[in-house]
Amino acid sequence: MSTELHHMGVAELAAALEQRRVSSVEATQALLQRVRAHEALGAFLALNEEASLAQARAADERRARGEHTPLLGVPIAHKDVFVTRDWPTTAGSRMLAGYRSPFDATVVARLGHGADGHPGAGAVTLGKLNCDEFAMGSGNDNSAYGPARNPWDPTRVPGGSSGGSAAAMAARLVPAATGTDTGGSIRQPAAFCGVTGIKPTYGRCSRYGMVAYASSLDQAGPIARSAWDCALLLSAMAGPDPDRDSTSLDRPAEDYTRGLDEPLPGASAARPLQGLRIGLPVEFLGDGCSADVLAAVRSALAEFERLGATLVDVHLPRTQLAIPAYYIIAPAEASSNLSRYDGVRYGHRAAEYTDLLDMYRRSRSEGFGAEVQRRILIGTYVLSHGYYDAYYLKAQQIRRLIAQDFLQAFEQCDLIAGPVAPTVAWAIGDKADDPLAAYLADIYTLPASLAGLPGMSVPAGFGADGLPVGLQLIGPHLAEARLLHAAHQFQRATDWHTRAPAGDTLSRQA
Amino acid sequence: MALTLQDVDRLAHLARLALDRPTAERMLGQLNAFFDIVEQMRAVDTTGVEPLAHPAEVFEPVRLRLRDDVVTEPNQREANQASAPAVEGGLYLVPRVIE
Repeated sequence: MSTELHHMGVAELAAALEQRRVSSVEATQALLQRVRAHEALGAFLALNEEASLAQARAADERRARGEHTPLLGVPIAHKDVFVTRDWPTTAGSRMLAGYRSPFDATVVARLGHGADGHPGAGAVTLGKLNCDEFAMGSGNDNSAYGPARNPWDPTRVPGGSSGGSAAAMAARLVPAATGTDTGGSIRQPAAFCGVTGIKPTYGRCSRYGMVAYASSLDQAGPIARSAWDCALLLSAMAGPDPDRDSTSLDRPAEDYTRGLDEPLPGASAARPLQGLRIGLPVEFLGDGCSADVLAAVRSALAEFERLGATLVDVHLPRTQLAIPAYYIIAPAEASSNLSRYDGVRYGHRAAEYTDLLDMYRRSRSEGFGAEVQRRILIGTYVLSHGYYDAYYLKAQQIRRLIAQDFLQAFEQCDLIAGPVAPTVAWAIGDKADDPLAAYLADIYTLPASLAGLPGMSVPAGFGADGLPVGLQLIGPHLAEARLLHAAHQFQRATDWHTRAPAGDTLSRQA
Repeated sequence: MALTLQDVDRLAHLARLALDRPTAERMLGQLNAFFDIVEQMRAVDTTGVEPLAHPAEVFEPVRLRLRDDVVTEPNQREANQASAPAVEGGLYLVPRVIE
């Protein structure tokens, strides 16, 4: 049993638990052992085996009493930006080394034991996952605790900032993980690691207990092996949190697995996506994208046509402007959010200082890494007197124009498709000295983030050096169900999402 | 209009960061490279465009939500102070600020 347990996705493992073919304690023990054997991947930052096993025992007891919550006893892991009571939370930063939250994030509680009258889905927390410091980065090489590695090639980045989540998925260490996406931090690592991820509409999932980076963009979502598994997790994660997150949408959670297997209304089983119009932004499919990625994306699109979808050209003329607009708005919000780290109430405090000001300055420069300090400086500048209108306000105006471009495009199509990133995963360290090069590589994920739209990454084949390529699907606001349906139908017809890195790549690292 | 080393020092002071000289110089180059690509925003005519602060505004009216003004949190002072660098008698310790 335990030999193949790690190959099970969420739905499969939930079924095995339900049929008592395996207990949650057995599954948790087996996966913890696998996590320990793959420490060299750098996917996990913290384990608390006692707490995990206590949760697993509680799940087994609940099942013995006849309870059946959707994820009861399924081990999952959380990106280290979600605060957890029984595991330290560092957000990948030295600033928060050893930090213990007195409470669980809403997303953690809803997936697990529940909170505020909301019944939990019953998942077991296996541990906390590596990420770029305060979710700022796209290679997971900005983590203060060392890089996470890509299981397809350990010399490559897994993407970021949810790099540990995607690496753990690809290495089959957990059946599912949480991530957060501010400018692409779920979609891009999912693409680089050949797994499936969804960033919901801004506000779908509560931000309560997510260590803040850029509050008008941050959004939680699942990373898993399939669209079906993502749907299972998202159903538990989504929904309003009116007393704790003022920006959470007042929309009830849905059962996102409902109807996933059905063809669209009026479509046949052979052509289940008949009637679905997929828009291809010409700006996403030009010279900026490398040929290997384009080839994989185009063959995935051909598969969507075979499934009955129609491809139409659309325009997102301000795609290029998403880079400066995002890298002004997000750092501006970050410089404000991160001002809370003063070395007084929590977080790192310098060992030596002369006065209060010196304590702030030393504590912050010792606690924050280079990329975080860079973004704080950018944010401080664009919000400062005399520059606010020219930079911050202007970027917010462009943000609205970008959102309007999407609304116009969605008059001609039901979903938008394109690459997630212009290339496959790069070598660890490649962009370390050139932050601008890393910013430019976010070009295809930033526009949907600025507009607050839901987006997915779906495994679509392989590019250069046998590394995974992700197809990005972007939906109108609140159209998560439509995205997941299209992705699931694609995954019924293809097997890219079932591919795993060869075992020897992993054991070499382990 | 490029930033100068003086600007970086001023920003670092505003942001309560202590940058040594080599770090400040490296940051200066990187910030100026970034603001080169920001220049393309200037060419966009945004006259009359309402800034977008909350993405949900695009598809539904956003109202400021207020909860009832009542105490809902239990006292968790000890749990909250467990991660503090320096506390004594339930108080946070900081360097002397008033002589």
